[in-house]
Amino acid sequence: MWRFIFTRFSLIIPTFFGMTLLAFFLIRLVPGDPIETLAGERGIDPIRHAQLLKDYGLDKPVLIQYGIYIGRVLKGDLGKSIITQEPVVREFLTLFPATVELAMCAMLFALLIGIPAGIIAAVKRNSVMDHGLMGVSLTGYSMPIFWWGLLLILLFSVQLGWTPVSGRISVKYFIEPITGFLLIDALLSNEKGAFWSAASHLILPTIVLGTNPLAVIARMTRSAMLEVLGEDYIRTARAKGLSNLRVVALHALRNALIPVVTVIGLQVGVLFTGAILTETIFSWPGVGKWLIEAIGRRDYPVLQGGILLLGLLVMAVNLLVDITYGIINPRIRHQR
Amino acid sequence: MKPVAVHPSAPVAPAPPHPLREFWTYFSANRGALAGLIVVVGVLLIALFAPVLAPHAPELTNSAVFLKPPFWQDGGSLSYPLGTDAIGRDMLSRLMYGARLSLVIGIAVVAVSVLVGTVLGLLSGYFKGIFEIAIMRLMDIILTLPSLLLAIVIVAILGPGLMNAMLAVAVVVLPHYVRITRAAVITEASRDYVTAARMSGASRMRLMFSEILPNCTAPLIVQASLGISTAILDAAALGFLGLGAQPPSPEWGTMLADAREFVLRAWWVVTFPGLAILITVLAFNLLGDGLRDAFDPKLKR
Repeated sequence: MWRFIFTRFSLIIPTFFGMTLLAFFLIRLVPGDPIETLAGERGIDPIRHAQLLKDYGLDKPVLIQYGIYIGRVLKGDLGKSIITQEPVVREFLTLFPATVELAMCAMLFALLIGIPAGIIAAVKRNSVMDHGLMGVSLTGYSMPIFWWGLLLILLFSVQLGWTPVSGRISVKYFIEPITGFLLIDALLSNEKGAFWSAASHLILPTIVLGTNPLAVIARMTRSAMLEVLGEDYIRTARAKGLSNLRVVALHALRNALIPVVTVIGLQVGVLFTGAILTETIFSWPGVGKWLIEAIGRRDYPVLQGGILLLGLLVMAVNLLVDITYGIINPRIRHQR
Repeated sequence: MKPVAVHPSAPVAPAPPHPLREFWTYFSANRGALAGLIVVVGVLLIALFAPVLAPHAPELTNSAVFLKPPFWQDGGSLSYPLGTDAIGRDMLSRLMYGARLSLVIGIAVVAVSVLVGTVLGLLSGYFKGIFEIAIMRLMDIILTLPSLLLAIVIVAILGPGLMNAMLAVAVVVLPHYVRITRAAVITEASRDYVTAARMSGASRMRLMFSEILPNCTAPLIVQASLGISTAILDAAALGFLGLGAQPPSPEWGTMLADAREFVLRAWWVVTFPGLAILITVLAFNLLGDGLRDAFDPKLKR
């Protein structure tokens, strides 16, 4: 077991360095040097320019610059935002809980609907129900979520007035950030109505972000379930006279969920991608919106640090999924 | 070779059906896939004949008719069947020209990534060693980063625009083709027919491209069909974020970005471009699913 975990760990080291290389050189590909970019169209006088290049270490050979960069990254220093002068890591950490809160709600939404839908479709195979559910699920999979968000705003916020259009909470509440998760902080704050305000702001973004994972999970659950339902031990269980519900819920589901768990892990990257669009549509103050704004402002340190941090996170989650899977399934563990 | 005359009454052993015919039998039994095919052909025809079909020029503005609703609503007229946008351009015409852009994006992106991906996959599956490790690690990194994020970063560096957006999406989807080809090459390379070809002195190039490659095409075709939908969706997302095709281009995602501020006043400027994306992407996904099932009937049963 330890050997397996060790192998998986050693596999991510080259990926980590590759990612730092990518983040490092992406910025170097921008036409002009960072100082010129910083100065913008106003221009900068040559002496000051040379001085700044020296200050930032930009006059050294690229390889040495990369070495310095790696050294800083390993110490957790990802530079400062050009616009706010705040350390990139700190900005990321302030905004990240908002993204995680949204992503977790979206995942919960996707699981709570996707898994039952997949089970029903598998049990009622080839029925109208099955075709209907899978049709809806493929539609969800094909959905341009930026448009889906606009449609939901049009219907629920504009026409019906049920939900707010944007933001995380109504401006009349000020919630002291304790955990960073607004739903929890609002509950802790004793402010009446704050929790409902936060919850109602979450509904539409949750649906929008959860749509793609929901479709993937429903499809995956269905096919995993179909495979398991054809196994001999299910026939045995049925032959013993167990009720259909018992066979499906207790015997089949447990094994069908193994591939589904893997897919859930892989959805983390999809969620971050979706979060960029969802946060932009709903003005959700998370890391996705932060990155898009950084592009607009040509805030390259934020962009560089942000993609590195997000990449590392996805990598860590994938590693966790791999290891969990190895623990559940010994066949994977012993594979060479 | 001359055609061999067969006597009509001679007993003939039932010939195995032509592979294409067998494929079609499976494919056409799948109603969803057929519907997908029909829609794809429809969109293709609209794109091809957009100049004939479109009632107006896509970039022609008419200050007399801005934000006119579709014809079935009060104030709409049949000369602008789906209404007009904020500066009086005909929605229907723009959507029709947009179909051209979306199909070109989908096909060009997939063509580039299939081409590059196949070659990289073949090479890394065939020549193992450091080359394979380097390529596969690079593909892992691309896969690890959230796809749209990487595309956004590439566009942010190269500058916004349709070409750069297409290039970015092509890079992002590349790993799928590399992995599929490599996996297929590794299974195929140990088969007897490859050994036989090698024994008879086939060169490495010949082995790779004319012996192994043709046997890896089925999964590539399926992935390509599904890839077109991803490409259209991602390019539209980039357009929506202002990083893809630039206005006044009638690209569907760009049209949506333009329409965002009118969401409260004119539902049609927001609804139709998105619907066009959804229908096209859904059709390509249905087609891809159908192709996969038809190529591998075992999977279906």
